[in-house]
Amino acid sequence: MLTFPIYLDYSATTPVDPRVAERMIPWLVEKFGNPASRSHAYGWEAEKAVEEARENVAALVGADPKEIVWTSGATESNNLAIKGAAFFYQGKGKHLVTVKTEHKAVLDTMRELERHGFEVTYLDPQENGLVGLEQFKAALRPDTLLASVMFVNNEIGVIQPIEQMGEICRAKGVIFHVDAAQATGKVGIDLSKLKVDLMSFSAHKTYGPKGIGALYVRRKPRIRLEAQMHGGGHERGLRSGTLATHQIVGMGEAFRFAREEMAAENERIRMLRDRLWKGLSGIEQVFLNGDIDARVPHNLNVSFAFVEGESLMMAIKDVAVSSGSACTSASLEPSYVLRALGRQDELAHSSIRFTIGRFTTVEEIDYTIQLLHRQIGKLREMSPLWEMYKEGIDLNTVQWAAH
Amino acid sequence: MFAPAYLDHNATTPLDAGVLEAMLPFLRERYGNPSSRHEYGRAARAAIDTARSQVAAAVGAHPTEVVFASGGSEANNLFIKGAAACLKPGTIAVSAIEHPCVREPANDLKRLGWSVHEIAVDAEGRVAETDFSAALAQTPALVSVMLANNETGVLQDVAALAAKARTAKAWFHTDAVQALGKVAIDFRALNAAGVNALTLSAHKIYGPKGAAALVLDKRIELKPLISGGGQERNLRSGTENVAAIVGFGAACELAVARLEADAARLNTLREKLEEGVAAMGAKVFSRNAPRLPNTSFFALGGIDGETLVAQLDRAGFAVASGSACSSVSPEPSHTLLAMGVAPDMAKGALRVSLGRANTDEDVARFLQTLGETVNKLKGLAAVAA
Repeated sequence: MLTFPIYLDYSATTPVDPRVAERMIPWLVEKFGNPASRSHAYGWEAEKAVEEARENVAALVGADPKEIVWTSGATESNNLAIKGAAFFYQGKGKHLVTVKTEHKAVLDTMRELERHGFEVTYLDPQENGLVGLEQFKAALRPDTLLASVMFVNNEIGVIQPIEQMGEICRAKGVIFHVDAAQATGKVGIDLSKLKVDLMSFSAHKTYGPKGIGALYVRRKPRIRLEAQMHGGGHERGLRSGTLATHQIVGMGEAFRFAREEMAAENERIRMLRDRLWKGLSGIEQVFLNGDIDARVPHNLNVSFAFVEGESLMMAIKDVAVSSGSACTSASLEPSYVLRALGRQDELAHSSIRFTIGRFTTVEEIDYTIQLLHRQIGKLREMSPLWEMYKEGIDLNTVQWAAH
Repeated sequence: MFAPAYLDHNATTPLDAGVLEAMLPFLRERYGNPSSRHEYGRAARAAIDTARSQVAAAVGAHPTEVVFASGGSEANNLFIKGAAACLKPGTIAVSAIEHPCVREPANDLKRLGWSVHEIAVDAEGRVAETDFSAALAQTPALVSVMLANNETGVLQDVAALAAKARTAKAWFHTDAVQALGKVAIDFRALNAAGVNALTLSAHKIYGPKGAAALVLDKRIELKPLISGGGQERNLRSGTENVAAIVGFGAACELAVARLEADAARLNTLREKLEEGVAAMGAKVFSRNAPRLPNTSFFALGGIDGETLVAQLDRAGFAVASGSACSSVSPEPSHTLLAMGVAPDMAKGALRVSLGRANTDEDVARFLQTLGETVNKLKGLAAVAA
């Protein structure tokens, strides 16, 4: 039995795993204490749950629990990491490095820092979405304070060479921040080996609840940050505000399941993704965006030539997918990530991001393949451009009349 | 199962069963990201819109004036830092009894060249008129005075204060986190008087932790604390915490519906409590000032508050010696010190904050246990002496 629309947008957000949801509920109902309450058992049991969750989050990524700071989500983590380090260490230099395909939470934070007198280099990725190591190394200057590169891209799923980038940063004394919101549960992360100083996490991309995230802040060598929210001094002064116990428990449980199950789960998901790509690549003039190998198994980002993006989205309403990241999908602009890869506007416009997850089935994949075959065919039948292409006309040589 | 009587509702409240019901679908099948354009996303967006209307209605605001945040601390930081970032460095005036999440961001502005005027309060914990006038004489750009204090429960006449602040052309903010659900709040009337923004939080009104709001006069320009995807009219980026926001909306609706009855009942319980503790020789703080109906802050001379709360916890009563957020530090309550209470007296303070589930019997049992505990501690003190 298929339920419609078929959800293939796991990179926008994941359902909360039912096992996670069940474990959250007691912390909403009978165990409702404020973890900061030190005067009674309600507070103590909440604090204990918070610390247990911190251990679970740390364990997934090879960190010490003391290195994990709770935030409201990866966007806040990215802001805290980048602004917090930039303002704390600005005496050492005011140059920052990032990549054009980063999430808006990083790019907009960088723009904000430019208004505070920082200089930012935005690197162009290669055509496959990956940043070249030589290019990365060359961008780091003596006055470079921090580099921020995402582990896994949210739109095309490519995995950046974080290990090597970390070595380069450490050798040059540059603080290295990594947005790992899309990476947890998908790629192995071992912060005891990676030379990463700050790493952002989100629960709701890994079957935990929305509204909770974390920032890894390295202790050896120690990285210091300027807090962005002040108050009661929670999280050792780095992030004030009452801790949402149920959400923290949810993130801890979600990350624990990720640690226990990711190996087997990723194999199953890779099988589904390969099946989807095999099915879709049978359609003419279909292009895969981003490297196929250095990529999480969950992601398939495809451009369909000679199809208009909006019409395509309307035509495949039976599947819930996105044409870019959820955060920018309100705009009709073509994906800035795909444009940074050098895709022409037309192809960037007609791209679909399929992201597969824990609850995706073979039947759903097969239905999606059939739907795309059928609807792409229909749309192209109505397209004069497709007709011209089929007649062998090179569309790039056509002189269009103004109207 | 043994469950202590919970008498610490100003720290946090238990989630209402109806609020949980409203939230559960969003932790289960309605999991879409509100920014997604497909059906899952649109359903989540619609739920947030509904919650925004519920929150707005609870305080007589327009839905477009509500900016969701992750908590009261964030909302207070957003106003203070966000407004300051749009202004030339000047003076910010905050009352001496503000929560740390107002005082600390205000103090942080000093690094940017701001000066902070701490507005004195009188012995009852009410903003002192003379010092408020002195603060305004410095033509502050920003003023923040809490509607209800988290420890004493004292209410400030923020409409009158804001009206004065307006003549000094200051932007006026009030932290209404403890007031919501306990006293009526009318943002339209407050706004007309000169209040530009107020902070609300879900987990103090039987809603979930993790959702709060800054209700903001649209004439006020703020810079966001958190940049990114541009959610909340670009004032607060980050994927919305849909389930918590839905819970916040439901909790607001319930709080308004129950306000009158709850307030009357809790006020009666509180009176009974205070008659009892006064009979034990306790000093009840702010008893002569307008207060929240549920809050009682008192001290028994010669007894340490920390010791007392620990004893009471063992006996099955969850109370506090002050606000939860500063309970990490053993310092006496800054609210009491600002009221001129001697540090020794302040160290003995105990806060009882009542809530919906509390009964006459809870209060009677509490009084009995408190009396026994106090006698025991006094006995020990006498032996030690």
